[in-house]
Amino acid sequence: MNFFTLLNREIRAYFLSPVAWVVMFFFLLLTGFNFYAGVAALNRGPSEVTVVEAFFNTVFFWFGFVLIFPLITMRLFSEEYKMGTIEPLMTAPVRDSQVVLAKYGGALFFYIVLWLPSLLYFAVFTRVTRLEAAGAAGPFLGAYIMLLLIGMFYLAVGCLASALTRNQIVAAIMSFTVITLFFFTGLLNFFLLNVTPALRELTAYFSALEHMSEASRGFFDSRPVVFYLSLTVFVLFLTFHVFQSRRWRN
Amino acid sequence: MIKVEGLTKKYAGITAVNDLNFTVEKGEIVGFLGPNGAGKSTTMRILSCYLSATSGRASVAGFDVASQSREVRSRVGYMPENVALYPEMRVQEYLEYRAALKGVRGRRNRQRVNAVKELCNLRDVDQKLIGALSKGYRQRVGLADALLHDPDLLILDEPTIGLDPNQIRQVRQLIKDLGKRHTILLSTHILSEVEMTCSRVLIIDRGRIAASDTPEALAGRVRTAGGIRAEIRAEPGDLEKALAALPGVRKAEVEAMPDGWYGCVLRTDAEHDPREEVARLAAARGWALRELGREQVNLERVFAEITQSEELR
Repeated sequence: MNFFTLLNREIRAYFLSPVAWVVMFFFLLLTGFNFYAGVAALNRGPSEVTVVEAFFNTVFFWFGFVLIFPLITMRLFSEEYKMGTIEPLMTAPVRDSQVVLAKYGGALFFYIVLWLPSLLYFAVFTRVTRLEAAGAAGPFLGAYIMLLLIGMFYLAVGCLASALTRNQIVAAIMSFTVITLFFFTGLLNFFLLNVTPALRELTAYFSALEHMSEASRGFFDSRPVVFYLSLTVFVLFLTFHVFQSRRWRN
Repeated sequence: MIKVEGLTKKYAGITAVNDLNFTVEKGEIVGFLGPNGAGKSTTMRILSCYLSATSGRASVAGFDVASQSREVRSRVGYMPENVALYPEMRVQEYLEYRAALKGVRGRRNRQRVNAVKELCNLRDVDQKLIGALSKGYRQRVGLADALLHDPDLLILDEPTIGLDPNQIRQVRQLIKDLGKRHTILLSTHILSEVEMTCSRVLIIDRGRIAASDTPEALAGRVRTAGGIRAEIRAEPGDLEKALAALPGVRKAEVEAMPDGWYGCVLRTDAEHDPREEVARLAAARGWALRELGREQVNLERVFAEITQSEELR
């Protein structure tokens, strides 16, 4: 019961803060432009990619994508530490795990809401062009499931960063660094010459780019699913312990 | 209701609470008195399960604060020193949320929220954003929050700090009324507050209990600590000798004032009040006397007296 009370308050807190609306506005601007660019590219001539693939595998998409997680998560714990509201919160009969999960759940909810308008792009595209390329269930589901999986992990990283500090900017920088590191591990293949096959395989395993490009073509691979789910659980577990340690640190 | 044994809390480098022992019985209103940094807030934070102690044990209503923390928290209403609230919420909304968090749901939620709004005079502002409230109102929201789940024990950390004199009076009255149904532990560094509201006083100094007494007894000590003040015009050497010779006077300090009068401070034993003798002496010697009364004491002085003299422990 407490979990839902907390979750409710977390979700409200998002939509009552101006930061959320600013993030949403610019994110929509970016994804809108990205969609436009994708459609424009397809217009130039015959192409082997679908609009879904074109949408989820561009620099515009990745750039905005990596940036939103620090913005979504930086306030979660840091703000409560800084304002002191953590004191009434934690002297109420709630479990630490409930608080961590509610905060994570709130962030995840906001993240999902952030992506909802993008569904409209594809709906409009299919309607206007009468091409069912975008509507094909495989790439479509694949891309959105991957979006959710990667998002879950990156949000957990943001949660951990926020639980570590009372300064939102520091939290944002920490999570941005870690997320970008994870992201660019996948790009190593492009930068390093003479990569051994073993290393190539290893980085491919980490590569969000690769995961997304596969999924948006409709391939289902269980490895990234396990990878992201297990990392998410692990990072949330760390967050829980960091959060608990405040009783001794203060 | 509260049992504290050997409680110690160390922060990096400093010991905030040092081997603290005390008990509070059900129904008492206990005042926690001490200078800033004496360990009052730390102790209260441990009792409300916000911090963990470095060593020692504390229990509330028979539940251990470390191992049965949620049982403790559901029985304690805690109002922190700096009442921190979510500025984007409305008062009504905030109280409903807090009540739900404390397990007060459904119809009882509405009842309790209405009851505490009534108690803390929050009716007029219940639709206001908390961010727009004055300090006094925020303080009252904090107190209302502590009362929501009708807790057995109220822990109030400096509940009247930052209020105007009218509000202070109201809050003190409220605390007195609440004391009829709840056990209360409140901290303050205002002596008169303790005298007005508490049935017992714990004086804490450098992380230890320096004294435990009734407010009346404490007030007695304070008067001793304060002494008698008089302004007299007379021959200074004569004056000091004569005053020091009065019964019960331990020490007489005489200081010249710019207008030719002498300000005198008499330190006395607890049971002596030599004001009458001073007046009689002045009359007999033909001295001019323009002021005679108890010296206004500040808390610093009381602490100095109590914490420095071993016999009072």
